[in-house]
Amino acid sequence: MTTIRDWQVGQSLPEVTLPPVSRLDLIKYAGASGDYNPIHTIDEEAKKAGLPGIIAHGMWTMGNLAKLFTPYYEEGFVQDYFVRFQSMVFLNDVITLKATVKEKGDKTIRFDVAAVNQHGKDVVKGEVLFSLYE
Amino acid sequence: MYQHDIGRRSTKVKNVVERGAVKKFAEAIGDPNPIYWDEETGKRSRYGRNIAPPTFPRVFDYGVIEGLKLPAKGLIHGEQRFHYERPLFVGEELYCYAEVKDYYEKQSSMGLLGFLVIANNGEDPDGNLVFTSTSTIIMNEAVRKAMSV
Repeated sequence: MTTIRDWQVGQSLPEVTLPPVSRLDLIKYAGASGDYNPIHTIDEEAKKAGLPGIIAHGMWTMGNLAKLFTPYYEEGFVQDYFVRFQSMVFLNDVITLKATVKEKGDKTIRFDVAAVNQHGKDVVKGEVLFSLYE
Repeated sequence: MYQHDIGRRSTKVKNVVERGAVKKFAEAIGDPNPIYWDEETGKRSRYGRNIAPPTFPRVFDYGVIEGLKLPAKGLIHGEQRFHYERPLFVGEELYCYAEVKDYYEKQSSMGLLGFLVIANNGEDPDGNLVFTSTSTIIMNEAVRKAMSV
């Protein structure tokens, strides 16, 4: 099994490409998170808000991106997780999740993280500071 | 216009990291890792129990910041940050509250934008901070005017 300590600066964790974003994904996230803002689930409400269609919750994408780190919880935990929401995620978009080692300390590893759409555009971009146990 | 709200806090609300809620949340972000929901996996882990995903604090109740009025529509979630002292444990009790951390305005190509920074904090029953979740919310001129408060 790979350990997170093995990754070197400049190396990337295995990428994950999500299935095309579906309405059901967003309905499930609305229910699980309690964020029922209708621009994420109801076409007419999204249009009224001036959007071409419903958009994913930014937090849905941020939540997905964090799963790149789930396999490493025996070695440490996500101490800091920061993202900027760069652009919108629409239905049927294909999102790829990425993390690259930026800096390695004795007790922490800093990653650049991003969620990128099918056009190569960053939709979410940020940093994860992973704290290592002794 | 929100400058006078900086420092305002809600009263702490008791929340429980509920097992079913964690499982549903993990499913909703497509993370099937059993560390979140399988009791045996949790017991065998270094935590001795199940934990919650890092963006899970979105589901907690942080109470209401008295006097803070937000527009019902047109808010843009610009940035989000989580800081943890340790992961959240399934079944634990947390005392959560919200606080207005900052408000500033910036000129942009879309006019004058307002940036409201709200921190959502969670403490253990002894009052130790477990996590802080900080959201930056962006409001354009039209949204602020529509509020007319």
